[in-house]
Amino acid sequence: MSFLIFLPLGLIGLLGLSLAAGADDAVMYGHGLLMAAFGFLGIFWVIARDGDMGGPAKAVPGGVNYNDGVIRAGVVASTFWGVVGFSVGLVIALQLAFPVLNFDLPWTNFGRLRPLHTSAVIFAFGGNVLMMTSFHVVQRTCQARLAGGWAPWFVFWGYQLFLLMAASGYVLGVTQSKEYAEPEWYVDLWLTIVWVVYLLVFMGTLWRRKEPHIYVANWFYLAFIVTIAMLHIINNLAVPISLTSTKSYVLFAGVQDALTQWWYGHNAVGFFLTAGFLGIMYYYVPKQAERPVYSYRLSIVHFWSLIFLYIWAGPHHLHYTALPDWAQTLGMTFSIMLWMPSWGGMINGLMTLSGAWDKLRTDPVLRLLAISIAFYGMSTFEGPLMSIKAVNGLSHFTDWTIGHVHSGALGWVGMVSFGAIYFLAPRMFAAEKLYSLRLVSAHFWLATVGIVLYASAMWVSGIMQGLMWRAYDSLGFLEYSFAETVEAMHPFYVIRALGGLLYVVGGLVMAWNVYQTAQGRIRDERPYETTPAAPATAPAE
Amino acid sequence: MFDHSKLEKNSILMLIGILIVVSIGGLVEIAPLFYLESTIEKVKGMRPYTPLELAGRNIYIREGCYNCHSQMVRPFRDEVERYGHYSLAAESMYDHPFQWGSKRTGPDLARVGAKYSDEWHMTHLIDPRALVPESVMPGYPFLATTALKYKDIEDHLTANKMVGVPYDEAMIAAARADLEAQVDPDSDGVEALQQRYPGAQARNFDAQPGVPTEMDALIAYLQVLGTMVDFKAYKAEDNYR
Amino acid sequence: MQTTGTAFEQVAMFAQTWGLVYLAVLFAGVLIYALRPGAKKKFQDAAQIPFKED
Repeated sequence: MSFLIFLPLGLIGLLGLSLAAGADDAVMYGHGLLMAAFGFLGIFWVIARDGDMGGPAKAVPGGVNYNDGVIRAGVVASTFWGVVGFSVGLVIALQLAFPVLNFDLPWTNFGRLRPLHTSAVIFAFGGNVLMMTSFHVVQRTCQARLAGGWAPWFVFWGYQLFLLMAASGYVLGVTQSKEYAEPEWYVDLWLTIVWVVYLLVFMGTLWRRKEPHIYVANWFYLAFIVTIAMLHIINNLAVPISLTSTKSYVLFAGVQDALTQWWYGHNAVGFFLTAGFLGIMYYYVPKQAERPVYSYRLSIVHFWSLIFLYIWAGPHHLHYTALPDWAQTLGMTFSIMLWMPSWGGMINGLMTLSGAWDKLRTDPVLRLLAISIAFYGMSTFEGPLMSIKAVNGLSHFTDWTIGHVHSGALGWVGMVSFGAIYFLAPRMFAAEKLYSLRLVSAHFWLATVGIVLYASAMWVSGIMQGLMWRAYDSLGFLEYSFAETVEAMHPFYVIRALGGLLYVVGGLVMAWNVYQTAQGRIRDERPYETTPAAPATAPAE
Repeated sequence: MFDHSKLEKNSILMLIGILIVVSIGGLVEIAPLFYLESTIEKVKGMRPYTPLELAGRNIYIREGCYNCHSQMVRPFRDEVERYGHYSLAAESMYDHPFQWGSKRTGPDLARVGAKYSDEWHMTHLIDPRALVPESVMPGYPFLATTALKYKDIEDHLTANKMVGVPYDEAMIAAARADLEAQVDPDSDGVEALQQRYPGAQARNFDAQPGVPTEMDALIAYLQVLGTMVDFKAYKAEDNYR
Repeated sequence: MQTTGTAFEQVAMFAQTWGLVYLAVLFAGVLIYALRPGAKKKFQDAAQIPFKED
């Protein structure tokens, strides 16, 4: 049946060629060629695979022949993009501390690299982690093979093509300037196609399940996929200046565009970086702790209240702007209420470890998962706090926001992803176990210290800058020029870059560990004691 | 009787349930902004960007200026003193997309227009630390040496018209001439330009002879920011919402 | 201004009364569903799904 894919792949190839042939600008030319290569190479790849899309098709007596090939690819892609995304983050952090590193070139300035960083960590790293884990979780909890022979692979490679077009576009100056939605109209359309196939694969696998009940992790994944589709399509409505040009003008303007954008932007946090990763939490934490989730009932309340409340929170990004006050107040109210389901979820995740706390000492993978939940709790407390208008008046436009985002992104999203990658690596590469648990522990400490440096530097610089902007001297004049506030940030930008460096090194340690695991190697190291240390001799009576 | 176990067992039902639940917030918050007339204040002076300003705005977007500069003065004492009158929704009514920004690594630019000379902007964009030693802004020397691409400028105006910006046929037809006239203050086209775009400033913004550069366009855009609305005729109390 | 203001106020009034009641009832419904004693066994089984097969 795999030949059925030849038609769409061929069409994609031809579409790419015609885009390249008629291109109005160099970027469209390049992206047309990329698309053509995707289509035609895809056909050869399907032929070479001889219709087998799931890696070596093993007959599994009495079991399910899971499609693990695409998850293996996900482990590699997640690790790769993680290191890339963290590294670009380090580069732009250094640029803010030492502006000479912009090199005054178009392709290397902060304005173009910052979207590269945000997209690389959110969509390339985070997105690959979500696809990888959702494909794993949905198969295991449904005890069914992924639906659609070629479709999961189309999703995987199609998504990489999306990332490649988005990233190269930014560096070459193609952006629609909507934060976390920078890719231009044709890249958005491509992502929409990939996303619909992703949804179909996920739903199709649910339909194949032997289990009557759909496990709660899958609800979170489903909400993530569906809601992101809705947000992506509405926020990116645009009119291109021609069908062969990269440039478009978005449909909405000014205040309406602003709220649409932050409705999207905040729910990229809410559904991409939260709901999706809660799916990870609800599967991998119980698996790694070898205990069922603390309260399945709480997970139901958590799910519905979280997805209902999150969608309202967007206006808190627009406090005191020209957005009407009623919308700001509504956004603030729901953001504060959001604290409750967020902490309900945190409690549910952490309490899953109750009775297994001792494992934190001997299992660094579980430790990564546990600290990610702790950071989730911390940043979902800080978020509602910052959504209060009086607080936001100080924090908005400053580094406090950057610190908040990173305690969530590095602490919650990053750590829970590392946990999932370490969980999957030995299982997907059929290794006996991870290459090194000691290196996992090293990664844990590098990342944790990195986050602490990063977040505390940004808190101090953010609050300081906010206060300096509004400081008056005794004569009633503004005390500081803007340039003076910039100068005051310098030491904190250096500390932040140092924190980022530690996080990058942690990512590299993980990449090494995953690579060695995939090679089937096991590091010669002192093992963690799995049983409580017994006294050498019986205590004297 | 509502039965959650159906939801848990039926993925389509769950999909629809999720869609309903996540639609409510957006509908209640965003949809009214399109039909409540009070959303956008009544002001005098707002006009669409000239073709040169629009081209400059696209360079502003391309270089990611919005990553570090907001265009949104909040109604706080310190911001109004530092930057000028707080921003109105009306001032970005033709902005596709909006450029309010989310971070001030550099100062707000909503009212930067007419604050500095063209020469200051030119020097500052080429080497920010030549004028502001503490600045961490990248330099953009290539803007002054790159000819502006505007052979498709009519398409830009047409697309803007399609999304609701009031460019008329005459403006679209004259787009290229208007663009060239705005960097050539002594040319005959300036009068027609200013008739179509009241208050448009025609100057050789980069003070270089020859074709319009990207620097011309960007400075023309920066110099118009926040200058369109006639605040003498604006009554804040009529627009409370 | 007058007409839209009234329309806005009407919508706002509705949202602040019946809208609130509706959401409160919905939330109570979710709580009752999740916490009703009859479902205990079902949820315990559901929580075991991740351990059924690997």
